[in-house]
Amino acid sequence: MYDMNRVENAVGQDEIKISARKVQVYYGDTHAIKDVDVDILDKTVTAFIGPSGCGKSTFLRCLNRMNDTIAAARVEGKIALDGEDIYDRRVDPVQLRAKVGMVFQKPNPFPKSIYDNVAYGPRIHGLARNKAELDEIVERSLRGAALWNEAKDRLQEPGTGLSGGQQQRLCIARAVATSPEVLLMDEPCSALDPIATGQVEELIEQLRQQFSVVIVTHSMQQAARVSQKTAFFHLGNLVEYGETDDIFTKPKDSRTESYISGRIG
Amino acid sequence: MSIGLILLFVVGLGVIGFYLGRRRALTSVSGDPRKLHSLPSQYGQSVFLFTVVPALLLLAVWLLAEPRVIDSRVRGVVEATGATGSELDLKMADVTRISEGLDALVQRSTLTEDQLTQMRADMADVRGRLADVGVALGSAVEPAVFQAAKQRRALVQTSSLLKGAGVALFAIAGFAFAISRINPTFRARNVSEGVVMALLIGSSLVAILTTVGIVLSLVFETASFFRMYPAKDFFLSLTWNPQFRGGSDLGIWPLLWGTLYVSFIALLVAVPIGLLAAIYLAEYASKRVRSVAKPAIEILAGIPTIVYGLFALITVGPALRDYFAQPLGLGSSSSSVMTAGLVMGIMLIPFVSSLSDDIINSVPQAMRDGSYGLGATKSESIKQVILPAALPGVVGAVLLAASRAIGETMIVVLGAGAAAKLSLNPFEAMTTITVKIVSQLTGDTEFASPETLVAFALGLTLFVFTLGLNVLALYIVRKYREQYE
Repeated sequence: MYDMNRVENAVGQDEIKISARKVQVYYGDTHAIKDVDVDILDKTVTAFIGPSGCGKSTFLRCLNRMNDTIAAARVEGKIALDGEDIYDRRVDPVQLRAKVGMVFQKPNPFPKSIYDNVAYGPRIHGLARNKAELDEIVERSLRGAALWNEAKDRLQEPGTGLSGGQQQRLCIARAVATSPEVLLMDEPCSALDPIATGQVEELIEQLRQQFSVVIVTHSMQQAARVSQKTAFFHLGNLVEYGETDDIFTKPKDSRTESYISGRIG
Repeated sequence: MSIGLILLFVVGLGVIGFYLGRRRALTSVSGDPRKLHSLPSQYGQSVFLFTVVPALLLLAVWLLAEPRVIDSRVRGVVEATGATGSELDLKMADVTRISEGLDALVQRSTLTEDQLTQMRADMADVRGRLADVGVALGSAVEPAVFQAAKQRRALVQTSSLLKGAGVALFAIAGFAFAISRINPTFRARNVSEGVVMALLIGSSLVAILTTVGIVLSLVFETASFFRMYPAKDFFLSLTWNPQFRGGSDLGIWPLLWGTLYVSFIALLVAVPIGLLAAIYLAEYASKRVRSVAKPAIEILAGIPTIVYGLFALITVGPALRDYFAQPLGLGSSSSSVMTAGLVMGIMLIPFVSSLSDDIINSVPQAMRDGSYGLGATKSESIKQVILPAALPGVVGAVLLAASRAIGETMIVVLGAGAAAKLSLNPFEAMTTITVKIVSQLTGDTEFASPETLVAFALGLTLFVFTLGLNVLALYIVRKYREQYE
């Protein structure tokens, strides 16, 4: 798989999807993110790695303005999606989040049926004109999340009744259903067993064909397996950002080297 | 010997036992507490408990049994005069009062024990002398009653002496037994653990047994009501017309209808307002607003219902009559179902809002994040994710409020009136089960006619109703809990 990545890296696209410049995040008096500059490419998997509390999840949540829901959080700097500042007054965070989907650490299906879970986004954004179109979106999203075969006969059963791995794939299907341009994943496999993790990783590889994926992970093996670009965060700073292979084989910064060889973190 | 003195003795002995026991435990291992099975103070505790508990249990049993035993002894003397029924009861009451009066006389040393033994009702002015110590008697004292009173007094004195001696004996025996048991291997810790458990079991038993007692008393009184009045009429008749001279119609329907109608209107007011307030508090309000608004709403729950009743009687009732009922031609009564329902609804708002607020707050943050992450707005998230997730709990809160509404009395008495009627017009005076229970039992009534006993049948009906609602509410709330934990 490692060799496969090498080949794919070569065909990775260079179009910039999200660019962040001098991003600062404060939680009350705590300066959680310091001067982060990063360019996230389209149709690429970008991994954020770093020790706990280094700010990688916080930065991820800046990209779809989820930090807005935390009263004490304050974001400064510029983050642009397709060249448009997402923190501009005219941008509605609700519309932004339809374009930048998110999958969370713990599977969080709504207490509704599998069908309604997936149809939730399309319904609130009015993406389907009729039932048939909605059915089609649901099927496409579930297929996209590799869950269709397991779920097609139980679409009306509650989503909470699925296994952990299935629930996480349901959450991915739910995010995919709104046809986002970027998918943010906050440690999507940390609550899953190795088999479910493998399935989700395969899925990420497929999703990359359609849009750009940003994944926060604690597992360096996972970052190496799924991503083409890797950013290493430490104590709120972006220490190093580059091709995944370069980060793991010839890191430029001594802190990156210490972390990937297991000396800090 | 007075009870206070006995208690003081027992507890004093217990405290001494505590220190002695602790010291004995320590000396038995020559001052090294590590060689003891339990902590030194637990040995002391075991002595304290063995001293105090059996003695107090004996005292409690004695105090419960004493009046009965004495009563049955004295009753024989009074019965010899040929008195029966309520006359006998009156005379027995006199006996008690005279014997207590005699006690007071002796204590004030206006009467010596010797004089008392020789005193006879037909010779001395017993009535006058008793009046001096505050015991007013309706007529001159009969010799037999006076004799019985003297006998009662003697019995009380003996019993008091025996009681003191018995309790002291128990305390000393327990003390000696516990002290003799102390040695390094004695498991005093288990004893104090056992006592804690017994205390906890005892407390919960008190609550359970009280409920059982209340239900049983309701059931028995209801059974005797149905022996006098046909159950068919009670459950099926559509008129409520009690006559204290007999021949009443005691159909439950007008009352049940009034109860349900008032409760329905109350819930119609309380549920939407309470729920919306809860949503605001849980989802929209800032921390500061919440810390002020939540207690402010909960103050409503602390207002006594009689005050709500006054509010209904003086403000809401006349206002509804002047601005709604009369212009619409629906009635001219200031007490109406609407008045009581509205005011009761206000009373119930905090029940609904406070519980719903807790339930909405307990919906995991992950649900909100998930919904926001998909680009849902706040109100979309609330409508489609948070409320459905909280719904079972909210239903539970509503049912609890409903059982509160059904059992409410004061607001209805003052707000809805006392006329038992089957009508759909909400501006008409109606009444509820609770109000009728009160009115059937107040006043100088005998507990032997169907007109008073019907109150127990009504009470039991109400109890079954609210119990059913509570069980349903608990069931729903519990089912909801399983979903997330």
